[in-house]
Amino acid sequence: MKTTAEKISQFGEMAFQLKDEAVSMVTFLGDVTAALWEGFRHPKRLRWKDFLFYMNTCGPDGLPITIMISTLMGVVLAYQAEVQSHKYGADNFLPMVIGCTILRELGPLMVAIVATGRSGSAFAAEIGTMKISEELNALQTMGIRPTRFLVVPKMWAMLVMLPLLTVVGDFVGCAGGYLVMKSELGMPMDVFLQLTRQGVAVKYFFEGILKSFVFAYIITMTGCWRGFRTGNDAIAVGRSTTSAVVTSILFIVLADTFLAKLFTVFYAWGT
Amino acid sequence: MTDRNDNAAAAPAAKGTPAIEVRDLVIGYGSRVVLENLNFRIEPGQIVTILGGSGCGKSTLLKHIIGLHKPIRGDILINGRSIVSADAQEKRSIVSEFGVAYQGGALFRSLSVAENIALPMEELTNWKRDEIRKRVSEKLALVHLNGFEDYMPSDLSGGMIKRAAFARALALDPKLLFFDEPSAGLDPLTSDMLDNVILEIREKTHATIMMVTHELPSIFRVSDRVIMLSAEKKGIVDDGPPAYLRDHSADEYVRTFLSRGGTYKSNSTEPDHA
Repeated sequence: MKTTAEKISQFGEMAFQLKDEAVSMVTFLGDVTAALWEGFRHPKRLRWKDFLFYMNTCGPDGLPITIMISTLMGVVLAYQAEVQSHKYGADNFLPMVIGCTILRELGPLMVAIVATGRSGSAFAAEIGTMKISEELNALQTMGIRPTRFLVVPKMWAMLVMLPLLTVVGDFVGCAGGYLVMKSELGMPMDVFLQLTRQGVAVKYFFEGILKSFVFAYIITMTGCWRGFRTGNDAIAVGRSTTSAVVTSILFIVLADTFLAKLFTVFYAWGT
Repeated sequence: MTDRNDNAAAAPAAKGTPAIEVRDLVIGYGSRVVLENLNFRIEPGQIVTILGGSGCGKSTLLKHIIGLHKPIRGDILINGRSIVSADAQEKRSIVSEFGVAYQGGALFRSLSVAENIALPMEELTNWKRDEIRKRVSEKLALVHLNGFEDYMPSDLSGGMIKRAAFARALALDPKLLFFDEPSAGLDPLTSDMLDNVILEIREKTHATIMMVTHELPSIFRVSDRVIMLSAEKKGIVDDGPPAYLRDHSADEYVRTFLSRGGTYKSNSTEPDHA
């Protein structure tokens, strides 16, 4: 049984640990942003081969699972919404509900979560393994900034591919919703499209895409940061990848909540 | 960009400036002191080995000297410039003046042998592609790895990985080289070959070499000088040519430790560094 003094001491240690983590993350954020800006000003210095490699791993390699998850999300959403709205004879609102929910929220969110599981964890594992095998030390003692060398190509690749995957996710999510409308309500495609067009503004599509840029930044940042923070013991890489996924999803949901509120305020201000 | 050519603009070390100077150094992890009151100078052209029992802080000292860790107190000067108080940019400039070969090689696994060696040249110089290719071939020839340009690190043996790491450390023709456990885990013949490579590197580049190892045969073969550390005393127990220390050290621990290496002949048997 711990004494009160021990509990207070433990709480203090945790607070200091949390402060260290926060400082480290903000420092890393600043370092990566500076490296990104430098890469933007001097595109010749971007490691193009790595950029193309990560574009492939973040994009096409993740396409099948993205399509599958997004389609099923559309199907599940349509089923749940159909059961409720049918009771009130509000079937005509379903394409709008499906379209808005997928384009504004579920599309970018689900694609980001899939990308976190695939790429965010892979980034953490790759950099963590490099740390254990002293490759990060080697970069430092060569005078090469590890963030520029390792993070920038991944970040640019993710910033390009996640919005593209989100477009695909939006499309197949709506298609999944349509399949349910067709099978459960016998709704023809032209009616579904017309109702969707009436109820879903184009700005909702761009809202989702904008969110995906923010999520791409979070996934790469968190994955790489956790990789750099990997310890030296045998289970450290496993711990880093798990932690990268958990932290990334937490930040994605927090950012999504903030952005949802921001866009609502922005739309209200615009009208 | 930390350009190698720009770095040349940094004031060159004055004649007589030691390659490495350690002043009143105290190192450790957090508040735990591993080594204290370390003072030594390494003159240009020497091959110096940091020696000591397991856990005495050899690798920790090396990591501090190459700027990976901050000491608790004291200063480390590389060619007259403090790596301890340097800001990030100056530190990149200082570290780009030396080469390091790590214990496991630390080659980038996604890059071929040639790409690994070319990396510092691509990142830190304005050399043209042809120039880089020519230099990569030269470095590979120096470590007897010609023909392995396109091999991936996973296709190489332990000894070849170490030699490729030597070649990468030599990429920018540094005058100061650090080798961490260069022959650890290798068979005696491969270890001998690496010793020859180290001696050849010194002969051809006149570089100052600092090694961390406890492979006694290698030490007697290549080292001009040994700095012996002790975990018990948390510091340097003796410093001098290996054969001289083995036969004449005032410290029994040093004599016993070095005697385990047999009757190898050293490059020099008289202390000439003091």
